[in-house]
Amino acid sequence: MTAVDGVSFEVDRGEIVGIVGESGSGKTMTALSILRLVPEPGRITNGRILFEEQDVVQMTDEDIREFRGNDVAMIFQDPMTSLNPVLRVGFQIEEAMVAHRRFTRRQAKERVVPLLQRVRIPAAEQRVRDYPHQFSGGMRQRGMIAMGVSNQPSLLIADEPTTALDVTVQASIIELTRELSRELRASVILITHNMALIASLCQRVIVMYAGRIVEEGPTRAIFKNPQHPYTWSLLRSIPRVDEQTHEKLISIKGLPPDLSKPPPGCKFHPRCRFRVDRCFTDEPPLEEVDPGQLARCWVLMKNVKDLEVAR
Amino acid sequence: MSAQATAATDPALRKALVRVEDVVKYFPVGGGLFGRGVVHAVDGVSLTIQPGETLGLVGESGCGKSTLGRVIVQLQPATSGHVYFKDVDLTRVRGEKLRRTRQQIQMIFQDPYASLNPRMTVGDIVAEPLRNFHVARGRKAEQRVQEVMRVVGLNPNFVNRYPHEFSGGQRQRIGIARALVLNPTFIVADEPVSALDVSIQAQIVNLMEDLQEKFDLTFLFIAHDLSVVRHMSDRIAVMYLGKIVEIGPSDSIRDKPLHPYTKVLESSVPVPDPDLEAARRPILLKGEIPSPVNPPSACRFHTRCPIAEKICSEVEPPLEMKENGRFAACHFPGKL
Repeated sequence: MTAVDGVSFEVDRGEIVGIVGESGSGKTMTALSILRLVPEPGRITNGRILFEEQDVVQMTDEDIREFRGNDVAMIFQDPMTSLNPVLRVGFQIEEAMVAHRRFTRRQAKERVVPLLQRVRIPAAEQRVRDYPHQFSGGMRQRGMIAMGVSNQPSLLIADEPTTALDVTVQASIIELTRELSRELRASVILITHNMALIASLCQRVIVMYAGRIVEEGPTRAIFKNPQHPYTWSLLRSIPRVDEQTHEKLISIKGLPPDLSKPPPGCKFHPRCRFRVDRCFTDEPPLEEVDPGQLARCWVLMKNVKDLEVAR
Repeated sequence: MSAQATAATDPALRKALVRVEDVVKYFPVGGGLFGRGVVHAVDGVSLTIQPGETLGLVGESGCGKSTLGRVIVQLQPATSGHVYFKDVDLTRVRGEKLRRTRQQIQMIFQDPYASLNPRMTVGDIVAEPLRNFHVARGRKAEQRVQEVMRVVGLNPNFVNRYPHEFSGGQRQRIGIARALVLNPTFIVADEPVSALDVSIQAQIVNLMEDLQEKFDLTFLFIAHDLSVVRHMSDRIAVMYLGKIVEIGPSDSIRDKPLHPYTKVLESSVPVPDPDLEAARRPILLKGEIPSPVNPPSACRFHTRCPIAEKICSEVEPPLEMKENGRFAACHFPGKL
């Protein structure tokens, strides 16, 4: 099965890029590939991942460990599964710094409380001695972020970091991510299914479907002028906030394809309302449709005259 | 839906289908030597639901919204208070009358994986209420099952398949078919779309709206996602720590929230529009949600409220009408 197929993209220093897609679209596998953490028996069969000038795929085990700890931090959806339940939160953050040899034990100890304060853990001097179960969900995620940024990484990968959290907590985690990216001049790759989060945080968006990038471009262009029918439909399947009269949502019929037997041609064609004959047989390339905006489609939304067929 | 908003949003215009009066639900916790306490899950909630309307119920995890839903359909007994359905007090009636009334009330659950018995075929799952309520059996039941399966967009030839053979969205359709099979008038839907992918969510939301129109259904729609709730609902009730803090028409709650907590919620939800997002300033709350075992005195939101004053920790504000059709429990409504 090919979970991620021919995905290429770049992230600039300090840039916040969103990867959006539904379950099984390959967004998480793409992110794990960057860290070379693809779970067994999966593997990267082809391609390069360049961080600055080094190819992550070619790195020795020693180098990759160094790279994961010092240059990149990963924040997962469920912080409880990434924190050790029997060790104090403060100690775990300290360990993360010592293990990657950027700080001495003494320096690391001194940095823990300010780090927790920075991510706005209330009463950090006391909470540093807590175990993960004594933290609320939001605090655990803050703790994970503190650990992630403790070595001052230049890339932060956040995989659905707020999906398990309540909206008021989500709002504060998003603000924190934005601030830290600015302070550290770190790039962020945000992986999510939530289009609204992308609109909130990202400068650029990558839309994935069935293991491929189907559209990519500046956030504003993608939201205002989506060219791939999947992006277009996805944006109309969520309620508008400023809806004045009741509008029916656009639903995408059917299901994403089974990746062990993907359909021929464009992978979206079985669900696409705008398909033409060619879509059934030939897979379209990812091509520039507007300056900086790419889409993988034979039709493109700007050529669709009658949008009413979508109703 | 907004088309019927005038009749549905003004309680005086129509007679209530469901009337919840001062419902309280406590759960005992702990045990042990010292800490015997109770969780004040729902603590004195009153509301009405008009026939044909959708009332949205929002709030964050632990606010008591699901418990309230379960008490309304009598899946759990209330600690005190009353739930009237067409003037029948569900908390008091027993026997045949309770059966007949409950037939008209159904529930749709969040997790379509956990709420379907994996060892039963879809046909049996959907037919079970018909048997339980002695409504139909045999050939007649089969026909009815195939009919509702068609209505919810499932292939009726799949009656002999098992839940695991279906996708999440299809499983939610099975849950909806089961809820519809007895021809109910009132359905409580507890987070019916939150476990589904975005493209599938829209399918289920549209289906629920179509069914409401077709069968004249009344919904209590419980969810944490404010944008979906707003889209579905004529009116919205906002819960915080076991109490309703605000209730009113969806549009006016969005345009001008009266309770500070509603305002905080509204400001926290990101919207799928980069221009609106650039202008949005979330109001960040201090601290964590207090424990429902030991809720704050007077106004429960006062410990985190940006505009709380002395009175807020001393006198509990009642849920009262502040404007036409709009109720809020706050000493300083509309001030944040």
